[in-house]
Amino acid sequence: MKPVAPITLDQVELRHGPRVIVSGLSGTFEPGSLTALVGANGTGKTTLLRALAGLHPLAGGRIDRGGLQASDIALLAQGSHLDRSFPITCLDVVALAATRLGPFRAVSVARMMAARAALDRVGLADMGNRQIQALSAGQFQRVLFARTILQDASLILLDEPFAAVDAATARLLMSVIEDWHARGRTVITVLHDMDVVRRHFPRTLSLTGEAAVWDVRPDAGLRAA
Amino acid sequence: MLDLLLEPFTLGFMRRALAGCLALSVAAPPLGVFLVLRRMSLMSDVLQHGVLPGIAVGAICAGLSVWAMGLGGVVAGLLVAVLAGWLARRTGGREDSQLAGMYLLALAAGVALISARHGIDLTHLLFGNVLAVDNAALLGMAGVATVTLPALALIWRPLVLESLDPGFMAATAGRGGLWHLVFLMLVVLCVVSGFVALGTLMSVGLMMLPAIAARHWSDSLAGQVRVAVALACASSVGGLVLSFNLDIPAGPAIVLTAGGFWVVSLLTGPRASLWRQAIPNA
Repeated sequence: MKPVAPITLDQVELRHGPRVIVSGLSGTFEPGSLTALVGANGTGKTTLLRALAGLHPLAGGRIDRGGLQASDIALLAQGSHLDRSFPITCLDVVALAATRLGPFRAVSVARMMAARAALDRVGLADMGNRQIQALSAGQFQRVLFARTILQDASLILLDEPFAAVDAATARLLMSVIEDWHARGRTVITVLHDMDVVRRHFPRTLSLTGEAAVWDVRPDAGLRAA
Repeated sequence: MLDLLLEPFTLGFMRRALAGCLALSVAAPPLGVFLVLRRMSLMSDVLQHGVLPGIAVGAICAGLSVWAMGLGGVVAGLLVAVLAGWLARRTGGREDSQLAGMYLLALAAGVALISARHGIDLTHLLFGNVLAVDNAALLGMAGVATVTLPALALIWRPLVLESLDPGFMAATAGRGGLWHLVFLMLVVLCVVSGFVALGTLMSVGLMMLPAIAARHWSDSLAGQVRVAVALACASSVGGLVLSFNLDIPAGPAIVLTAGGFWVVSLLTGPRASLWRQAIPNA
């Protein structure tokens, strides 16, 4: 992992085709901060996450990632395009998180052990050789978390990581997020569950359509309105 | 029984055809497995029709030379593959209709070009002729197999990731498009190299049918590749025997045999077959 730098947004504007969804967004994600990205559907949370990962073009403004490369950023997309009918084992999915995968780069023993450890961390220690098509939605999300662990990124972006998982899995995955936070990685998570946000996230960024608001607790926002 | 199996191969041209088809049976089915997994089965249709105009142009320019026809086929196949990918991205979805349009056009153009030049037997070109497997054709098949297998082994891991999760590949700065292109080149090479023995319309059969059948036998990628290669080899032997005894072209005979294996797999294979779905607990 690289030393983490602050991620600074300066007057960022994002569009979907002609439609402006985020405009004039400025602010800083401090190194090692844990931020919840909240807001109603269609306010551009996912698009902002993709823009932070460098996968969505900016219509205006700039994002300073402090020298982070694509391989230092892990994005766990919601409803990942991963083909769940592909004949591959959980362990292989996790081990393939190798950055800069090329023809002459073998998966080393160390990486294989790291993949097993990551599966163990998400409670799937004995499922390594299971085909992914046999997994439940919750188990599958755990596999994706294990893969994110293996990416060893300094900026970790999660899009609604607890959608479609049960309460026990959500608690386990939250503890993984807190591990990352404790180890000084910058984590930004799109979340809908305000209860989880209040209990676990020191910082919030609310996207409302017109303006973005930093660190207004959702309940405080409600009282103000 | 054994005589029936071995007798055709006492003849030199049948042994040549067998050697060539076995080489292709080892090289092509692994590519077919990836085509099936990437939901690109229709792409193989487009390629088998797309190479025909190229082969025809090769024949018109340089006569009935296997190398000229093969080169024309490879160039046309690559053009069609790249064009199909580009069209699919540009038109946003409805890829299947674009592909269908392309292969109808390519087939018509190929047949028209070949008919315009007398002296080429269209049936042989479309469905194969084991008598025409000369040294050049045999070398072509063996050469393509020799190149394809190591190349596939090299791009295996990136190709698996690109097929499994293209979004992740793109996000982690992997060059997914490059591996996809190398993969398409291997597919084109295999389709073209089989055209002398199997015909342009049938050489895809040896790539796709064993791969489709293999899905019903194994739930691991390596397992599916092994089963597909085994089925393709069996289809080559069985098809050539059938072709010899019934006096039908080798291409359709081999594809019919592979098709027979597919129907049996679909009906009774241990995975996701009709038998399994009818009696889940059997």
